[in-house]
Amino acid sequence: MQGLEDLYREIILDHYKNPRNSGTLEVPPAHQADGYNPLCGDEISIYVNYDGERITDIKNSGQGCSISRSSASLMTNAVKGKTIAEARETIKTFKRLLLLDEEGEKSEPVEIDLRKLGELAALQGVSKFPARIKCATLAWNTFTQIVDELDLQIDGAND
Amino acid sequence: MTEVLIDNHIDVAKVRSDFPIFANNPGLHYLDSGASSQRPSMVLEAMENYYRFHHANVHRGVYRLAEEATELYESARERIGRFIGATHPGRETIFSKNSTEALNLVANSLGRGFLRQGDKVVITKMEHHANIVPWQMLAQYIGIQVEFIDVDDEGELIIDDLERIVDGAKVVSLTLTSNVLGTVTPFTGIAQVAKAAGAIVVGDASQFVPHRQIDVKSIGADLIAFTGHKMFGPTGIGVLWGRSELLDQMPPFLGGGDMISDVRLDGFVANELPYKFEAGTPPIAEAIGLGAAVDYMNSIGMDAIESHDREISRLAYEKVKGAFGDEIKIFGPSDPSKRSGCLSFELEGVHPHDVAQVLDQNLVNVRAGHHCAKPLMRHLGVAATARASFHIYNDEADVDALVDALKETRNFFI
Repeated sequence: MQGLEDLYREIILDHYKNPRNSGTLEVPPAHQADGYNPLCGDEISIYVNYDGERITDIKNSGQGCSISRSSASLMTNAVKGKTIAEARETIKTFKRLLLLDEEGEKSEPVEIDLRKLGELAALQGVSKFPARIKCATLAWNTFTQIVDELDLQIDGAND
Repeated sequence: MTEVLIDNHIDVAKVRSDFPIFANNPGLHYLDSGASSQRPSMVLEAMENYYRFHHANVHRGVYRLAEEATELYESARERIGRFIGATHPGRETIFSKNSTEALNLVANSLGRGFLRQGDKVVITKMEHHANIVPWQMLAQYIGIQVEFIDVDDEGELIIDDLERIVDGAKVVSLTLTSNVLGTVTPFTGIAQVAKAAGAIVVGDASQFVPHRQIDVKSIGADLIAFTGHKMFGPTGIGVLWGRSELLDQMPPFLGGGDMISDVRLDGFVANELPYKFEAGTPPIAEAIGLGAAVDYMNSIGMDAIESHDREISRLAYEKVKGAFGDEIKIFGPSDPSKRSGCLSFELEGVHPHDVAQVLDQNLVNVRAGHHCAKPLMRHLGVAATARASFHIYNDEADVDALVDALKETRNFFI
């Protein structure tokens, strides 16, 4: 059996108790996406300000368990200031960390340089608790909706 | 099976020896019977015995095995019907997949045969989704109006104004016991007012039948749904009971084998009760398993099962409240005599999902989530609760394990 410490790392509890980038941004100009986990009732809204090159600000609001809330907090820290391509790369790395492929299906482990991950590495233990993976991915899947939307806009501008 | 009563009280240790899950999971504190109970050996043996010695399709063949299978299936129906007090157990006891399917049968059949655009159907804010969504579907498809009996802060139905709410209603459908709050509703009183207003009365007894004696003749309902797997039976089997005069008038729900007496190119004639509502090869082994579960409950006695439920509901409320006071919010009636089966709570500062995770490390199994009752959760102002639910194999040691694990949870997170 996995110990609780594998799941509830200190960094996770810290981000749960002291959430970063919590709140909302004015829409528009911000982009907003909402996510729900029908299984447990968790809800999240992600707000992104994008200046055409980088994510200049990101906020999240909602309710959920410690894994869901801390994952949202860690994610906003990880992608703030990044380009869309860089944000996609971060999403990909996060999914690998949870042993998921890009579609979110279970996949074989891929080697990851944990040192480059920073605090995000704390979420690695979640992969050992299958019932909690949906908690950890909620914020990321919701953020992906905005990334997809921004990608479409970029494609449209290049046409 | 062993003798399980001592002075009319359930001997939990002996009951547990009837349920192999406990021997196979040492130290388990299973507190999720509200989601699904465990099964005694005699249910498993009845199903295996059927498959090993008597399996054939029912109501079809003239050969010996087919007759044995039909006899076992119909005998289970009779026993289950008698268990709930049906006047005509063989005609009024309809097998379904679960309560959800039984309630969908009711809504669809009434929607086809009785309800028109603008008709009023009254339910309550504490219903399981299974008694909300089928009516909302009718609202979408034929334009019925769905109205709700409200719930107060104590988790009880507000019925001061009941006569006005049910006035003109064609159907009043409500739960006998809330799966979230454990509230036992004043079903019979509501049914009387609803009947006086001319409504068909439907009861969701999924959480009631596992713990309390039901007498469908006197409870005031026209239709009652419940499920097998919460009362020691297998999954995949539920029951719809109905007054035969009403069932006779209701059009069938699913079409196919067994539910017809004749089919021609230009139409069909529905079979008689109960087969009219049992399309396709039924869950034969599951019905036989549920028959054995009812035999098991009868062997213990519903009086003893009910008093055990009352005792453990009171004990759980008092011990958890006593240990945590204002640090815990317990949903539902504060009067333990109005509760049955479960304890829903929110530990201050810890999300229910995290509570359930730490409890699991202590082999205490509880449910965390919205319990398929989102309108009620919104009414309570929470996204989720943790719910400990009990049955005859639970005792004070399980409640103590719950309290200890909750203390550990609090220390871990706060």
